Amino acid sequence: MRYLPHTETDRKDMLDAIGVASIDDLFVDVPEVGRLDGLIDLPKKQGELQVERAMSAMSSKNVSASSVPFFVGAGAYKHHIPSTVDHLIQRSEFLTAYTPYQPEISQGTLQTLFEFQTQVAQLTGMDVANASMYDGSTACAEAVMMAARVTRRMKAVMAGNVHPHYVEASKTLAKYSDVEIEVTEPRLGGLETLINAIDDETACVVVQTPDVFGQLHDLRAISEAAHAKGALVIAAFTEVVSLGLIEAPGAMGADIAVGEGQSIGVGLNFGGPYVGLFACKDDRRFIRQMPGRLAGETVDADGRRGFVLTLSTREQHIRRDKATSNICTNAGLCALAFTIHMTLLGEKGLKQMAVINHETACSLADALDAIDGVEVLNDAFFNEFAVRLPKNANEVVDALAKVGVLAGVPASRLFPSQFEDVLLVAATEINTDEDIAIFDKALRSVL
Amino acid sequence: MPMNTQGRPTRMADNIATGGYAETTSGSKGLEQAEPLIYERGSAVQTGVDLPEPKGTPSRLGGLARQSELGLPGLSEPETMRHYVRLSRKNYAIDLGLYPLGSCTMKHNPRLNEKMARLPGFADVHPMQPASTVQGAYQVIGELAHWLMTLTGMPGVAMSPKAGAHGEFCGMMAIRAKLDADGQTHRRRVLVPESAHGTNPATAVQCGFTCDEIPADETGRVDMEAFKAKLGDDVAGIMLTNPNTCGLFERDIREIADLIHEAGGYFYCDGANFNAIVGRVRPGDLGVDAMHINLHKTFSTPHGGGGPGSGPTVLSEALAPHAPVPYVVQNGNDWELVEHEADAAGEPFGRMAAFHGQMGMFTRALTYMMSHGSDGLKQVAEDAVLNANYIQARLKHVMTPAFDGVCMHEALFDDRFLEGTGVTTLDFAKAMIDEGYHPMTMYFPLVVHGAMLIEPTETESKSGLDRFINVLEALSLAAKAGETDRFQAAPIHAPTKRLDETRAARQPVLRWHPSESNEMEAAE
Repeated sequence: MRYLPHTETDRKDMLDAIGVASIDDLFVDVPEVGRLDGLIDLPKKQGELQVERAMSAMSSKNVSASSVPFFVGAGAYKHHIPSTVDHLIQRSEFLTAYTPYQPEISQGTLQTLFEFQTQVAQLTGMDVANASMYDGSTACAEAVMMAARVTRRMKAVMAGNVHPHYVEASKTLAKYSDVEIEVTEPRLGGLETLINAIDDETACVVVQTPDVFGQLHDLRAISEAAHAKGALVIAAFTEVVSLGLIEAPGAMGADIAVGEGQSIGVGLNFGGPYVGLFACKDDRRFIRQMPGRLAGETVDADGRRGFVLTLSTREQHIRRDKATSNICTNAGLCALAFTIHMTLLGEKGLKQMAVINHETACSLADALDAIDGVEVLNDAFFNEFAVRLPKNANEVVDALAKVGVLAGVPASRLFPSQFEDVLLVAATEINTDEDIAIFDKALRSVL
Repeated sequence: MPMNTQGRPTRMADNIATGGYAETTSGSKGLEQAEPLIYERGSAVQTGVDLPEPKGTPSRLGGLARQSELGLPGLSEPETMRHYVRLSRKNYAIDLGLYPLGSCTMKHNPRLNEKMARLPGFADVHPMQPASTVQGAYQVIGELAHWLMTLTGMPGVAMSPKAGAHGEFCGMMAIRAKLDADGQTHRRRVLVPESAHGTNPATAVQCGFTCDEIPADETGRVDMEAFKAKLGDDVAGIMLTNPNTCGLFERDIREIADLIHEAGGYFYCDGANFNAIVGRVRPGDLGVDAMHINLHKTFSTPHGGGGPGSGPTVLSEALAPHAPVPYVVQNGNDWELVEHEADAAGEPFGRMAAFHGQMGMFTRALTYMMSHGSDGLKQVAEDAVLNANYIQARLKHVMTPAFDGVCMHEALFDDRFLEGTGVTTLDFAKAMIDEGYHPMTMYFPLVVHGAMLIEPTETESKSGLDRFINVLEALSLAAKAGETDRFQAAPIHAPTKRLDETRAARQPVLRWHPSESNEMEAAE
């Protein structure tokens, strides 16, 4: 087998050196009941060519985003990723390194994480960020638990127009803890009812902007109301590119900002791996309660700057049952991809990319709104919005898929039995005027 | 002073002794390039992308346009390339050499896996596309699930956990849900051996359990008397790593499973060390109820400097109905996705994360499994165990194995062989860096003093192992010979000298600040 270097002679010499007669003698501690006779019933080894054919056959059954007019969002977005990103993350030294436990031979990873943490803090308008979480939804769940530890309160309020997967992931993490999560009614439009749900026992209020319907929200009034009651504000986002154009969560009073970084550098990957962004205010109470790895600056024995993993007394390998989270492996390589793409963009590129996303979405909204019976429901949006259709959105999406247009996500796929005529539509820099024209024509034909 | 054939000093040390040239003007040293942070190199007006000019259409941002500055530096494409290539060269990697981190399974990462994961039908599909457009993606999830269930002999698997610890959370949530469904709400105590990974107790607590530690016996395994004494009707289950973190197979595993089941509890197996037994032993035959599988260990998806991982969790008949959403099912020729609890056949404990799991890791792991096949995977376990035992056998005359007898896929040494030398496990590890090796896992498991846990994996050749063994032997002899300085100064050949981790924790600097660059410039 091509990945195994030993020859039969090697194996025999090594068994001799160990002083045993056969490989079975090294498995003597396995009880009789666990010893298999022969091979497990699965296919045998194959060469590269055969495996490549089998995998390609499965791949070719899927319709890739780049091959059709594509408007699917709802928490993951199709963007162009510069070629440099994929080349660099495939460098052996990044790809095949472990978590940087030995900092003297891991400065590449550690310095990159330090750059990543700073980028995330700058984007969100926060003071510090960690070295990544699995994805946006688990970052959100961890933020809720952190807020409860910081405030020593056990009630969390989540806005109903936070992405339902984020709500469900948070509820799952909190399920057998003392933290109770209340979710307000999902509604297209404002967050007014949210303020009424905040009381003196509220640990945090979780809001998302742009929300799952693409609507933008000013978080200042909610932040003021939450802070007046001693509650923290967790601002979530699923589209990090929006931060190039809209106000930062930190500038609108958020205490913790969490979100999905997939749009920058990572790609769609059918839902994972992605990269969770987690940032908060610089408050000792907060930092000591943060989940996940943190890279920090220090000096070496010669006094030269270097980076290490730090504040690990929060973490499971030191604190065990008293850790802030059980997370160990996070999204290292995706964080690297994010950092490289963000470095290529810079402030100038990110702002420009964000403007193009918004303008493309505006063009699309105008086109769709002009169709009889189709209504754009948002008054403020970034690159995604909701439209009401004169028909069931699921049926429309399926019909459009048949003619080669991936039109968006039916809202009822996220909210079962609700919003059945609502379609979530996203547009990014990948969409051309021609894509919009094809979508427009196709939608008219199926309505 | 030794001179080379050109009559010049041979060693850097001689230069230092003569007032020397250890430091360069640039801070770089030959191929090792000094590299500042992007914040010290780039600027807000520089960019490495060419985007079309905006059209200037009026915005519909509802008055929420960003007022605050981003403060993000950009670099041109060549500068970006050079910055990250230079940084990459400060990393050790499995592609550079043996990476014997115990418990981490640093094996070769085949590039075929990378190529397959980048096929447009996998890398460039959206998780919320209509089912008719992603049948091949659902099929990958279904096929991988089949391989995992067959290899473990378990009837169910949850595919969505995003890493090993997330898989532990999945398994323990399923146990909690099952106990609650059966009215066993008094069962809240989870037994965890003191040699366990830290994720085990952290996970148990996340699921609303308390932890009760079981000591190890003198052979490095679960102390059966202590274990039996801790059983009771408040016990929810046991979390046991097998092979355990001492690199040993728990000989009494079947009895442990039977006893925990008789006591009304469940058996969670931490599958981090599945590489030692894959293709040879099925955990299902040993009485396991739940076990996560680190695709980034056993099935060779790259570690990427700290992830992403993937932790599918196999489940027994009793627990499978509580598996989280979403999951795929095959209906005739069609694959379908069950996304909502209300649509599930069983009683899912919830949803663990957005979308359907780590697809990019699934494609890599499935590629790897198909390449190896059942015969190759069995050979993986055998060669992994052979290599660890070879290291243990060849080094036991100079180093001190923590326990007697054969080991599984990793060899555990303690620091008795360093007693009286003034050299610690940490010093020894740092000296390995100077020799061109990544150190082994240090000070874990906690049950062994000054632990050194060496996991070579199956992808190391005999000659490569021999070189590694010779180095460890030479270092052991050097420590015993009193060459303390060599260890305490180490590393001296790495990109940095030993880093001050205490200072990093006491005065945390977790991000770059604008003022810092001014200071840096002034210092230069």
